Amino acid sequence: MTTSQIEIQLIAAVVAVACALPGVFLVLRQMAMMSDAISHTVLLGIVVTFFLVGSMESPLLIFGAAAMGLVTVSLVELLNKTGLVKQDAAIGLIFPALFSLAVILISRFAGGVHLDADAVLLGELAFAPFDRLDILGLSIPKSLAVMSGILMLNILFITLFFKELKLATFDAGLAAAFGLSPALIHYALMGLVSITAVGAFDAVGSILVVALMIAPAAAAYLLTDNLSKMLGLAALLGIISAVGGYWLARLMDANIAGSMATMAGLVFLMAFLFSPKRGLVAYARRRGRQKWEFAQTSLAMHLMNHEDTPAAVDECTVAHLQNHLRWQPEFADQVLLKAQRRGYVQRENGSLELTDSGRTLARQALVR
Amino acid sequence: MELFNDLLFDYTLRTVALGAATLGLVSGALGSFALLRRQSLLGDAMSHAALPGVVLAFMITGSKSPLVLMLGAAVAGILGTLLMMAVTRHSRIKGDSALGIVLSVFFGFGLMLLTFLQRNPDARQAGLNTFLFGQAATLLERDVITMAMFGGGALLLMVIFWKELKLLSFDVDFGASLGFSMRLLDILLTSLLVVAIVIGLQAVGVVLMSAMIVAPAAAARQWTDRLSLMIVLAALFGAIAGVSGAMISSLGSGLSTGPLVVLAISAIALLSFLLAPNRGLVWNWLQRRRSDQNLRVRAVLSNLYFLAQQHDNPEHAHEATVLQTMAFGRFGIQKSLAVLTDLGWVQQVDQDRWALTPAGAEEAERYLIGG
Repeated sequence: MTTSQIEIQLIAAVVAVACALPGVFLVLRQMAMMSDAISHTVLLGIVVTFFLVGSMESPLLIFGAAAMGLVTVSLVELLNKTGLVKQDAAIGLIFPALFSLAVILISRFAGGVHLDADAVLLGELAFAPFDRLDILGLSIPKSLAVMSGILMLNILFITLFFKELKLATFDAGLAAAFGLSPALIHYALMGLVSITAVGAFDAVGSILVVALMIAPAAAAYLLTDNLSKMLGLAALLGIISAVGGYWLARLMDANIAGSMATMAGLVFLMAFLFSPKRGLVAYARRRGRQKWEFAQTSLAMHLMNHEDTPAAVDECTVAHLQNHLRWQPEFADQVLLKAQRRGYVQRENGSLELTDSGRTLARQALVR
Repeated sequence: MELFNDLLFDYTLRTVALGAATLGLVSGALGSFALLRRQSLLGDAMSHAALPGVVLAFMITGSKSPLVLMLGAAVAGILGTLLMMAVTRHSRIKGDSALGIVLSVFFGFGLMLLTFLQRNPDARQAGLNTFLFGQAATLLERDVITMAMFGGGALLLMVIFWKELKLLSFDVDFGASLGFSMRLLDILLTSLLVVAIVIGLQAVGVVLMSAMIVAPAAAARQWTDRLSLMIVLAALFGAIAGVSGAMISSLGSGLSTGPLVVLAISAIALLSFLLAPNRGLVWNWLQRRRSDQNLRVRAVLSNLYFLAQQHDNPEHAHEATVLQTMAFGRFGIQKSLAVLTDLGWVQQVDQDRWALTPAGAEEAERYLIGG
């Protein structure tokens, strides 16, 4: 691997982790689409700040853009609070309007500048190593420096306010009762999302910021019930998507950001299908197992009901199961086989007898 | 006037305006259902999800004809929506996350395919601009005819399944209890929405298509509580925004139609939020002001009545300063007295004293005691 290859992967991984961490809270707080809105409207922030500052190099651009993210969130809240439209419609109204404004401003007044709407939407990671910065005598890519700073900020914020974020996310009412302002936490989090989106769009483009914020976090949500673990998993899955996406892009000679989003989607799909506890496959297998367990329990209860009664001779036979429990002959045979193998039932010349463990099974089912 | 002349006789402007109007009409009408079902952002996700469909359609057929590309876009859009439904049905992932994932992953996949196809990993040169922002200026008459045909077909289906779609939007459980398959209807409505989106992609592009689904419907919702009227209004607003966007775009240089159409429809929505009767913010503010004033007038009337009751004479006069101390809030009572005088319920006895008239005493009794 050449230096620039390593650098690109490093930038991609840092971007992925920086996006995944606030993404976890977006997913948990059901505000995933806010990332979509913010990542679009930062364009307007950049345009407006550019008009004010007059330079595309100024570090103020990041703050201007992040401020526009907060403006977007406030406008959505404001519109939502009027009760005239629901929150999703509010998002769908605000961000296209602000984005359109930005596109028009650019095409009307900033035509000559290096500022294209599509550049913001798509990004290009492959060129990132060419834009370098000297820090302490070391030459590192500018976006690596910026994104590392943002990643540090995210980690710092989440570690410092972990308890508060956790409480406000899972029980906003209790958080408010403890004197933590849910609005303050909401806006702090949205500010974090805005800054991250601004920093990341340069590398991966704004639409793919959404992919890196939501997909790894959602995948992690399917894998664990523990917030700390979810944060760690989301970061890990983000790195896998980023590095995997890079190599996919190399393999296909295709756009890196697009490939990273594709990998993020695949990672989510894997979690959706194969998560040990919540995946589709695990779910189907659990349902299958429960079917047989239920049948065995029914069998045990049936046998216990008729044990030591005069009718036992008739009731406790294989043929009778078809009659009484309405089981098909093949199904009854299979249930019996499984029950015998588990040691719940014994077969004594045609009639069925419960073992001790079979009786325990039936009793447990009854008590419950 | 020249602008309107151009609208009728200038080929480009006429075509663009007609195309934008068709798009606004169809997406406004069908977007109403999405808004009512709280699926406003579905349009956003669908339009982004269309990209891989467009690229794959081209890869498979090698044709760049709008019809083929539109078909590919539609298939990808529907597939994306079905995936979204599957994820929310079978896992604890909520709708917003599912939307975000489908939107960004499909789009990223499309981007990857497109750059792979062109053997050029630089997305900026991939000709994505058209897809992202639309290119209304390149619309041809036959494109508009295609748009109108598909849009008309979608609207026709909407009318045929009117009753069922209404059930789907307002009471899913009741619909299911009547024996309708709500899942099939959901898929039908989704497909109609996909048609609306796909015919708009060429005109306004992916990013702004979501606004054409949400904004006309949100604006129309403010003016009425009837679904049929709402849909007609939404279609009308969408069409107006389309035509005005196209016209403004023809005026200035470098202004593309898509963003202008979106700004036009956003302005219509904003005006509706402010001015619509019953729901609008300004309307509500005026209502509240009127009822507050009414309350103050009633209070002055009642106070005069209470004061007079202590004097055996219901028409006993009292000084305005007394009434002022009894009034609530920081408001003066002069205006209330003027209103009451106009109504003939109160009269000014001398310089500073006021008394109830017989009609005023009667009114106060009716108001306070009832009957």
